[in-house]
Amino acid sequence: MSHWPEATQDRARQIISRYPKKRSAVMPLLYLAMAEDGHLTDGGMEEVAEWCAITPAQVQSVASFYTMYKREKTGQYLISCCTSISCMLLGGDEVLAAVEDESGVPHGETDDEALLSVEHVECIGACGGAPAVQVNYELIEGVTPVKARELVNWLRAARPEVVNTDEMQQLFGGRRSFDWAIVEDGGAVGPYPAFQPLGTFQSEAST
Amino acid sequence: MTAPLLITKRMTEHPADSHTIRRYESTGGYRQAKRALEMTRDDLVDEVKASGLLGRGGAAFSAGLKWSFLAPARPSYLVVNGDESEPGTFKDRQLLERDPHQMIEGIIITAVANEVHDAFVYIRGEYPKPARRVQTALDEAYANGYLGKGIFGSGYDLEVIIHLGAGAYICGEETALINSLEGLRGEPRLKPPYFPAAKGLYMMPTIVNNVETISNIPHILAMGAGKFAGLTASADTGTFMMSLSGHVRKPGNFELPHGITWRHLIYDIGGGIRDGRELKGWIPGGASAPWFIPSKHLDLEITKEATGAAGSMLGSGAVIVMDEDTCMVRAAERVVRFFSHESCGQCTPCREGTTWLEMILRRIEEGQGRAVDLDLMVDVSDGISIDLAWPPRMTTICPLGPSAVSPIIALRDFFRDEVDAHVTNGGCPFD
Repeated sequence: MSHWPEATQDRARQIISRYPKKRSAVMPLLYLAMAEDGHLTDGGMEEVAEWCAITPAQVQSVASFYTMYKREKTGQYLISCCTSISCMLLGGDEVLAAVEDESGVPHGETDDEALLSVEHVECIGACGGAPAVQVNYELIEGVTPVKARELVNWLRAARPEVVNTDEMQQLFGGRRSFDWAIVEDGGAVGPYPAFQPLGTFQSEAST
Repeated sequence: MTAPLLITKRMTEHPADSHTIRRYESTGGYRQAKRALEMTRDDLVDEVKASGLLGRGGAAFSAGLKWSFLAPARPSYLVVNGDESEPGTFKDRQLLERDPHQMIEGIIITAVANEVHDAFVYIRGEYPKPARRVQTALDEAYANGYLGKGIFGSGYDLEVIIHLGAGAYICGEETALINSLEGLRGEPRLKPPYFPAAKGLYMMPTIVNNVETISNIPHILAMGAGKFAGLTASADTGTFMMSLSGHVRKPGNFELPHGITWRHLIYDIGGGIRDGRELKGWIPGGASAPWFIPSKHLDLEITKEATGAAGSMLGSGAVIVMDEDTCMVRAAERVVRFFSHESCGQCTPCREGTTWLEMILRRIEEGQGRAVDLDLMVDVSDGISIDLAWPPRMTTICPLGPSAVSPIIALRDFFRDEVDAHVTNGGCPFD
């Protein structure tokens, strides 16, 4: 018996139908579970186990392998500061320090009202626009410590329902890895990637 | 020395809409996919083999040879590796965002050549925007009948879906990627027996190619293998995407011919070092590659052979440039920290070795280093990568462990003075 709302269950069925084997749907379903509960709960993992016909322990073994499945309470805005080599060379550590200081949230922690989580992350593929920061995995390139502080305060004050990469780049970004060229609508609504798979893959499982 | 732009031509000439199917088709797109459906599998594989195209994910293995190794069992699968996570690398991100149809056409041709009907594009979880762009492009291709049942009015079915990663560098390793796609922990498999071309996804024959590799396929068909192979004077064929970052004035992705020098890349294309400072060293092929220094390597040609002979590799094409004010101990710590964090933990030399290297480097940087620490790190490194040989003599299932040793080789061979200065100074002399 699923505890998910009907729309989420439809989504789960649709995702599973797109893979040749059910178990391959574990990763997208874990994102679905995070979107449902705000982070990955034990209940969410049990739900995924049922959908994929494997044990909760098997689901947990997958979830614990990947850094983006947050098994602790995570803020509405997850601020990820890159401190890998290219960002470090251009001040990534200072950007992280500014975010930690302005938010009062150290790396790996979440504030009391579950608004902001802060982490330093390994390379996010924005090295030409270093240092880079992501909010809910939406990218900002060419960030300075001053702009990073403004970003924290903006998230606190504006509390955008949807985190849009182009808006943040405009407000807080600088040099980019390359010309982004096209402005997007929409964005992320929680601390998980804003991506809905929509393909039409038909599998043996569904037919 | 110049070569024409291939895979970045459309996005350069039509920045506003290079990602749309309308622009893709008005600039010659999807003609080669149609042609491929009329060619035999053997002809397609031979054409790519003859082009000399090397895999662009880092290992630089012949794409055509890889295809020719595909075992006869069916179904066979295709996985496009868009898990780009090698520090310094951001080229696939640009190819995915700015010209997704080019990759999709490459997928169609590759699928036909390898009798694949189910293809997967594995995109790292931190790339939601590239994933959205590719999904939109896939939807366009489906709507036009270029994907799905009976593509281009033929009897050939091809389904393509995106699988989003979740933050694990190791999933860029092809067998780890396959485990991840099967809904398992992203741990690499032993080769042999688990060569993807024989026992890949669901233990069936599987082709795994990088985004840039696949994006080159339509161009090989369009211009012919001979012309593609002859684009540069060196043995390396086609063009090569390089991601330039660090202390250069003009970082970015550049599609370049093989055989230019590092001097030309850093000082002309990259605009030289910021604020007129001196170049101290650079990482030539992503964080896994052993480092280069100006006094020895600046006038070497950028080819697979010349880079390999000098003890490093072109890898994923990521060049990380460091100026004279860079603390090389700190830089080494940052690279080693990455591999320590990303080690999957299966193999003891990698799991334990990277952890110890990271801790020793940190204590040197923080002023608690001892005079013996560099030799100790070399000894630990020897346990991961025997004799610190190049290419590495493996003690582990995959090359992640040996990659962590590259900065230690640099400290031992080029920057021993700097390590010693940290020890005698009781801390970082650059602070």
